[in-house]
Order: sequence, then structure tokens, then C-alpha cells
Amino acid sequence: MLKYNIIKKDELEGRQAMMVRAAAIILSFVFTGIFMVIIGYNPIQVFTKMISGALGTEMRIQETITKSIPLVITSLGILVAFKMKFWNIGGEGQIMMGALGASYIALNYADSMASFPLLLLMALASIVCGGLWALIPAFFKVKLGTNETIFTLMLNYIAIKIVQYLQYGPWKDPNASGFPKVANFAPAAHLPSLFGIHIGWIIALVLAAAMYVFMKYTKKGYEIEVVGESPNTAKYAGMNVNGIIIMALIISGGLCSLVGMIQASAIEKTLSATLSGGLGFTAIITTWLSGLKPHFIVITSIAFAVLLQGGVYIQIAMQIPSAVAEMIQGIILFFVLGSEFFIRYKFVKGDK
Amino acid sequence: MWIDIFAAAITAGTPLLFATLGEIYTERVGNTNLGVEGMMIMGAVVGFSTGFLTQNAALALAGAVLAGSAGALIYAIITITLRANQIVTGLALTIFGTGFASFVGKPYVGKAAPEAIKNFFRVIEIPLLSDIPFIGEILFRHDVFVYLGYIVTFWTLVYFYKTRWGLNLRSIGESAASADASGINIEKYKYIHTIIGGALAGLGGAYLSLVTIPVWQEGVTGGRGWIAVALVIFASWKPIKAMFGALLFGGLDIIGFRLQGMGIHVSQYLIDMLPYLTTIVVLIISTRKNKPEDMPPADLSIPYFREER
Repeated sequence: MLKYNIIKKDELEGRQAMMVRAAAIILSFVFTGIFMVIIGYNPIQVFTKMISGALGTEMRIQETITKSIPLVITSLGILVAFKMKFWNIGGEGQIMMGALGASYIALNYADSMASFPLLLLMALASIVCGGLWALIPAFFKVKLGTNETIFTLMLNYIAIKIVQYLQYGPWKDPNASGFPKVANFAPAAHLPSLFGIHIGWIIALVLAAAMYVFMKYTKKGYEIEVVGESPNTAKYAGMNVNGIIIMALIISGGLCSLVGMIQASAIEKTLSATLSGGLGFTAIITTWLSGLKPHFIVITSIAFAVLLQGGVYIQIAMQIPSAVAEMIQGIILFFVLGSEFFIRYKFVKGDK
Repeated sequence: MWIDIFAAAITAGTPLLFATLGEIYTERVGNTNLGVEGMMIMGAVVGFSTGFLTQNAALALAGAVLAGSAGALIYAIITITLRANQIVTGLALTIFGTGFASFVGKPYVGKAAPEAIKNFFRVIEIPLLSDIPFIGEILFRHDVFVYLGYIVTFWTLVYFYKTRWGLNLRSIGESAASADASGINIEKYKYIHTIIGGALAGLGGAYLSLVTIPVWQEGVTGGRGWIAVALVIFASWKPIKAMFGALLFGGLDIIGFRLQGMGIHVSQYLIDMLPYLTTIVVLIISTRKNKPEDMPPADLSIPYFREER
């Protein structure tokens, strides 16, 4: 009997790898299309509606970009950790803690400060809160080798519960007639806009460029890469592996928590327990799809924002539940994850 | 009163028990499937809609099992055959499952399960056993689904420690390479047990939509899939400990409201934190103590490829 063996090949580089991924994405749309036909929709119509819903008018484009901002920044944060093979799936919680830190400043100091220093202080507070939050699992990873995946995952829910506790308890706005919400921020604590979109988009682009330079051209970025490839190599090369892990996680958590500040200040204009809304998880996917490359993160994040925004639109326009967008996200990811196999392995004929 | 609290904890813990046992099967063959939440909610929605349409509880359960298994099958193909990253694949499954459930469940939002289903899952007191003071009153005045949970736990125990398959399964989790060398078909074991894991997660979800509150509502699992992932660690991958863990975490799920009923005001949100905090503490203690029998399967999350050995 003819048998196929799977052997590892030299990883496909750049262009070819992108071709494989593109094929996977096309396949995933074909697959979703078939699914839509089965449930009685015209897939071409659904997809065009999604695209026009996300990019059809200037306002929709602004909305889509607004949705992509937190994805870009969170993904950059996750990238730093993933490069090291530190599976930080705690983005969700770090966003929450960042929002908490920023909100504390916004709620208490908005009257006594000018807008610019106030926003700066909010950003600083969020980075400190989220950075420290990410430091906890990093510390135990370094000291005891505690599994960071589950640790960061659990911290997500603790962070959400802390915010819920504050929202329904000590921070509840007494002027909201019993409605459990935190008070709205004063206008001074709102992030300003440029070209109709809050300036988070500038922050996101600057950070993406900075991350590109950091990972590619700096010693620290190189060290992170080496620790990810092989902690032992890093150790023999005389690197302070523990120090690198700690530093990378503070950067990772810091970036994610900055998203908390941006979302609280520019979108929610308050602190709420639903603020992170799954961003920390979606960002893991955009990070992965980018192949851990900062410049591709911008592209995958925008693509996902199109999907999300398009999903919202088809709900209004065609009464298709926006959950379809989540399903499509999942399916795209399944195909892309599966396709990595064809980048790394090939089949050869022959017996074992 | 204590009887009441314990009995309620068992009911609240049953969906956790199914999902946790499922994840134990999965992790014992070396796969960390973070798609539990997704598989649970897939089981919840398919179980509910099947029950709604057919009025048949057995078919509803079968639907839940199928939905959970289907989710796990996707995960298995991608991580076992196509060797993709387990963590990202699991998360993708959760995202997919959540979308799938709110999509499929859309027409049923706010609808109640048919009487035939509610009747099937009514409380059945087991004669004699339910008369045993305290223990019997706690354990044997429940619906059939809870009893199914007892059976699955017991069966898992026997399967893991008294059967050849169970032995093989445990050896794969510890060292896939040596299991392979001794002639065990690794891929087959990984597929089968990952799918069993999905089936059990699906059942756990169905408990929530068919028994706990037999009305379809979005996001019915409410993060219990993640608690199940946590419980696996709490239980150090052992079925009996999983049962106690599910009871404890189920108890935490209900205790806040009970305390309020007694006039003690503790924020439910702070109590809700306890399962996650406990898991972290257990995680830290177990890595610190380094006791071999409490450690995760040695090959957990490490994909096995013969040619890369």
C-alpha cells in the first residue's frame, strides 16, 4: 500500500507563506458561503453588505477604524509576550485594570487639572495598573515556573469581577438614580479627535512603528526573540532570561492596559465591566494571523474590524444576527491555523 | 438549611462537573483545549433547540453530545493532524462556538423548554437512598441529569485506573514518545478522548439550558467553561477531586445570594472571584510543592510528532 509520510520542510518564506494563508482565507469564505446558502441567504449579497456596512460611507469607515484601534494596540502587547512563547491570554484583564487605573484619575482629578496633563496622567495610571497586573504571572513564571496560560486566563475574570464590584458598589454613581453605573468622565478626560476619529489611531500607528523598530533593531527586542526561540541559548549567551521575561511582560501588559484607558476615555467615557468585551481574545487571533509581525498586525486588525463592523451592519440591514461575524472569525481562524501545516510540512510518498 | 445549600451546590456544580471531566479526558492525552466554553455553549444551544423541536429529552441530550463532539473534532483535526497551536485553536473554538450559539439560538431567545422536557428532568427521589439522613438527602433528591453526572464520574474513575485503555491514555499524557514506542496509536487516542471531552462539555452546557433555567438566553454558559478549565487544575486531573471541586465551585456560585437571604451582605462579585483566585493559589502551590501525583500530565500542550522525536 502506498503510504504518505509527513516531513518537515524548510519553512516557506514571505511570499509563498502569504499565498498559503491567502488561500486559507479564501477557502474559509467559500466555506462560510456554503453555510449561508444552507441557511437560506445569498452569500454574495451578505458579503457585499458587510463590506459596504464597514466601508461604504465616510462615517462607517470612521467607525471601522475606531474598532480597529484597540485591536492594534492590544495585539502589539500580546505580540511581545508571544514572541517569547509566553502565552499571555490575559489581555482582557490587563485592559480592565488599565481602564480602572485611568478611571480612578479621571473621576478624582478631572476638576483640578487641564485636559492634556490629565490624559497623560490617566495613561500613566493605566500602564502602571496593567503592567503590575501582568507582572504577577510573570513573577511566578520566573520564580516557580507556574503555567502562565491558566494564570493569565484566571486573572482576566478576577479583573472583570473587581470592576463589576466597583461598578455595583463603591464606585456606583449616586446621581444615576439607582442604575448601577460609574459616573461619566468630565469632558477634560475625553480623548480628543482628529479627522473625526479619536486620536487613538495616531497612538496605534506610532506604537506599531515603534514596535517594529523595537523588535527589529534594538538589543532588547533581539533578546526577546532569542528567549522565545530557546531559553537555553539565551542563558548560554549570557542573557538575563528572567529579567527579559519580566520586562517583556510589563511592556505587554502596559500596552494592553493603555487600550483600557483609550476605550474608557474615548468610547465608553466611563468605566464599565463590559468595556473589554472580548478584545483581549480577539487580539490574540489578530496577533496570530499577523504571523507575529507588527506591521501585519495593523492589517489584520483592520480586517477584523471590517468583519465586526460589517457584522453589526448586516444585523440592521438584513436581520442576520451579528453573531455571524463571530462565526466567520472562528472559521477564518480554523482555516488559517490549519494552513500553517502546509507552510511547515510536506507530504512525501513512501513507506516508513 | 445545610442540606438545602449542599443540594443546591450539587445542582450548580453539575454543568461544571461534566465540562471538567471532559477537559480531564482531553488533557490526559496531552491536549489543552481552551474551547470548553465554546463547546459548552454549542451543546447548550443544540440541546435546547433539539429539545424544543422534538419535545424529546433523549434527543436533546444526543444533540448536545453531537454539538460538543463536533466542536472538539474541529479542534482535534487542527491540533492533532494539522499540528497547530493548541491555545490559539482553543480560543478560536470558543469564539466560533459563542457566535454559533447566538446565531442558532436567535429564534429561541426567551422561549421556554417544552413541558415534556421539564418533566423528564424533574426531581426524582431515589427510594431508600434518599431517606438516608443528610448524605442521602443531599445526594439523591435530584434530576436524572445529576445522577448521570455521578455515573460519568464513577465510570471515568474505573476507565482511567482499571482499564487497559485508561492506562494507555495516561501514558500518552505523560510521555507520548514512550507510549508510541510501546505501540499505542497516539493519534487515535488523542482524537477519541478529545472528542469525548467535547461531548461531555456539550452535556454540561445542555444542563444549563435544559435544567438550570429551561429558557433559552444568550450567553447562558456565562464563563463556566473557563471555570471548568480552572477546575481541572484544582482537581489535579483526577475524577473524584473534580467532583468535589465542582461541588465547591458550584457552592460558590450560589452562596452569595444565600448569604444575602440570611442578612449577611457580601458582594456576589467578590465571591464570584473566589473560583479563579482559588485556582491561582492551587496552581502556585502545586508548582511549588512539585508533588508528582498532583502535576499536570508531563506532555500536556506539547504536540507529538513522531518524526520530530
